[in-house]
Amino acid sequence: MIPQSSFMVVAPVAAGQEEELRKLLASMNDRVGVVDPLNRLIPFGRLERLHFSRFVLLDDATLDDVTVYGGPRVRYGLSLAFLADFDGPADEFLADLLQRAGDGLRRIFAHCDGFAPDGNLLRWMKEREYRAAANYVNWRGRTMRQIREEAAVRNALVAHLRTQATAVAAMDPRGVRDMLVNFVHREQQAGRLPLTPEPRTPLGWRLRNVAHAVVGPLVALLLLPLLLLYLPLFVYQLRRRERSDPEIAPRPDPEHARKLADIEDHDATNQFSALGSAKPGRFRRWLLVVALWGLDYAARHVYSRGHLTRVTTIHFARWVFLDDKQRLLFASNYDGSLESYMDDFINKVGWGLNLVFSNGVGYPRTDWLVFGGAEDEKKFKRFLRRHELATDVWYNARPGLTAVDLARNTRIREGLERPRLTDAEIRQWLQLL
Amino acid sequence: MPSIDYEDVQGLVRFGYGKMTEACYFLLLIENAFAARGWLKSAAVSSAVERNPAPNTAMQVAFTWAGLQALGIPRSAGTGFSAEFLAGMAGDESRSRRLGDVGASDPNRWQWGGPGTVPHVLVMLYAEPTLLDGWKQTIKGAQWATAFRELACLSTSHLDGVEPFGFADGISQPTLDWEQQRTPGGDDVRFGNLLALGEFLLGYPNEYAKYTERPLLTASDDPHGILAAAGDSGQRDFGLNGTYLVFRDLEQDVRSFWGFLHRQASGDPERRRWLAARMVGRTLTGEPLMPTADRPIAGVDSPHEGLNRFTYDADGAGIRCPLGAHIRRANPRTGDFPAGTTGFWSRLSRVFGFGGKRLEEDVIASARFHRILRRGREYGEGLSPDDAVKSAPAVAEDRGLRFICLNANLARQFEFVQNAWIMGTKFAGLTEESDALLGNRASLPGCSATDTFSIPQESGLTRRLTALPRFVTVRGGAYFFLPSLRAVRYLSRLGNETTSSRVASS
Repeated sequence: MIPQSSFMVVAPVAAGQEEELRKLLASMNDRVGVVDPLNRLIPFGRLERLHFSRFVLLDDATLDDVTVYGGPRVRYGLSLAFLADFDGPADEFLADLLQRAGDGLRRIFAHCDGFAPDGNLLRWMKEREYRAAANYVNWRGRTMRQIREEAAVRNALVAHLRTQATAVAAMDPRGVRDMLVNFVHREQQAGRLPLTPEPRTPLGWRLRNVAHAVVGPLVALLLLPLLLLYLPLFVYQLRRRERSDPEIAPRPDPEHARKLADIEDHDATNQFSALGSAKPGRFRRWLLVVALWGLDYAARHVYSRGHLTRVTTIHFARWVFLDDKQRLLFASNYDGSLESYMDDFINKVGWGLNLVFSNGVGYPRTDWLVFGGAEDEKKFKRFLRRHELATDVWYNARPGLTAVDLARNTRIREGLERPRLTDAEIRQWLQLL
Repeated sequence: MPSIDYEDVQGLVRFGYGKMTEACYFLLLIENAFAARGWLKSAAVSSAVERNPAPNTAMQVAFTWAGLQALGIPRSAGTGFSAEFLAGMAGDESRSRRLGDVGASDPNRWQWGGPGTVPHVLVMLYAEPTLLDGWKQTIKGAQWATAFRELACLSTSHLDGVEPFGFADGISQPTLDWEQQRTPGGDDVRFGNLLALGEFLLGYPNEYAKYTERPLLTASDDPHGILAAAGDSGQRDFGLNGTYLVFRDLEQDVRSFWGFLHRQASGDPERRRWLAARMVGRTLTGEPLMPTADRPIAGVDSPHEGLNRFTYDADGAGIRCPLGAHIRRANPRTGDFPAGTTGFWSRLSRVFGFGGKRLEEDVIASARFHRILRRGREYGEGLSPDDAVKSAPAVAEDRGLRFICLNANLARQFEFVQNAWIMGTKFAGLTEESDALLGNRASLPGCSATDTFSIPQESGLTRRLTALPRFVTVRGGAYFFLPSLRAVRYLSRLGNETTSSRVASS
């Protein structure tokens, strides 16, 4: 198995450069919301390990919200974020990226503070790297190569069935499967429809993963007595804040909402970027840290096979702290329209969202950390839309394929490769086609 | 919780006016706001009160945002209407993309409702046989000609409860909880058909037990005190007992539909009807492909209980009723949890995403948040399936559906159903197909096709129809607000005597 990794650079935009930078980023798009995969700056389509990538200007219109807590206005300059999700270690991906798109990246980052055109680009980027506090991968280990190969096999099988319709009508299910298995073998002997065997999982990664899986609960167990002692105080602190934390959910500015809608629904999959401030004070800060740690742990060790609790539509998602944990960026790639994404959130994982986002300024009121919150549909949807950023450039290496499609293609492949299937299993396998 | 005052609700929310088989829809532009308000003042808008004997005519009225502005509604009202209503059905390219209104259905090609042809007012007239012409004259009265310019007068036809493709129509509708007996909110593990009033009327709790956003005015904007008070907020409720009305003119190519099936069925009429029933999910006479459920379903009552008491719980693979069948897409009859969730522990494991066998089991949203109340009528001459496969006459034919539906939340109800369920090429884990009847067959990046229809079979093999033509084309449409009778009265009294900030009549 080749585990997936993510990378993110955040760099302040140099004074007076915003307009030029926006223009440059827009030049990577064919039209609003649709990137040219082979654009001259970053030919995303040539980066074989890349799943998703985006450039987004972190232009937060909700910065003043935090002043409801009485603190001073905090100013953050405009920053540019570059995100990528890919197969294998970051160093390999970055080497490939710099080789194919070094000049383009230089042109882009030239609009940022402290960029020296002839300096070491890799070092510059790494110095500005932000690691995710929590990271979710829909299916750990499923590489772009696997996705492409499995999709090709699925399409070839469906097409073959179509051409053989008359013959198939006279066959029993087992006969059909044998025919299809033979078809794929013939294709493979002819050098088509490759299905690369799963590579060995890097030993270092496996050891680290096991250690991570064990150490977390162990530490929690050790701390348990202390946590239990703290519990009554925690409940008091939480409930007090839940009763008084202000909700900020005015209607999103129509112009902003229009901009967001313009870039959505060009593909079966969409991107979502949102930025907001954490509620001030140590209590919320630590609650957020712990909640994201728990989320990251669950994503890494529990939800690595096609679903995050009940949600099956998220390909990649990450939560990243900015500015000394005073701000949080959320970025995801999901299937369907934003309206259905938000409904999924409310109806299926409202509790999970509440756990994290209720620590953000203005979030709809929660009860006991998991109840309420997102269930206030109107406020929740406004809150999300208001914090959402208009992603400038977004690349998806598998357009038209939902996470459910990918899972189905994998099951088709597994069914092809398994030597013996029962009649019932054959029927189920054929249903996938 | 406010109890319902039928006197204040337009009748269409409660009745389909089935006995009034004649109907027509006027699309109007306001030429003279003063005269338009004068006409409204004397307009006999039918309420939802049940009368005995039942009246033999009815009139309903609805407005676009441009229309409300033309009448002089206070500018502040705009912040309470839904963003979709304010922008309009054809207002943004992104909305058209989501609704599937592209290609031949592009609003730029619409007969009305596209750029420059958005109506202000929709006047809907209903009458028992032979009474419509007289009713039109009665309704118009003296001020009509000064007040309005008629953009169109859309005719309807009565095809005896059958829509133009030949299927019995209007069988499944949500049941409104008028008396607010059911407590909404919380989880409804199973599918139910009894829905919170707030899903279809503003001013009442919706399925989330919350109030949908609605237009409220300041007390000074209602100097005559016509509108109801909005709780104890001091504001006046323009939205109470009103709702949004979606109107779409859908042209149906009945010859193309049956011609396609005729070829697929190699000319066998029986086989043709069988395929058509898979596409719709019901037979021509309205029998569902699913068997009747053992237990009753809340809100599924007579007269159509026999045709509506079913869910797809036992048919996850779509072998009895294809996953992409029209009625399954339009209302997948899902509960808040996947089929088979019973008891606390199974629910708890589901909350964390466990206990399922296949990922597709839980991909469809819970139906109760995405229902619409349909009130459309057919237009054009009827054409039986048998006649439809014969050669077409030389004259152009025009038939279809004046699709009308009511809902309190355009984004979550109509737009969601249209986008995610009807047009969605990935509905229920399907791929390469959108609605067999309504799909626009537009291409999607990375998808080899969107014009197929799959019929899963017992053997495990899926039968796939390919190259489905586009059978339905959108010819017009708009989002209207169907106000309460009080709000109509309020609109009719706008004018010189109120003094607050006013949007100039266009």
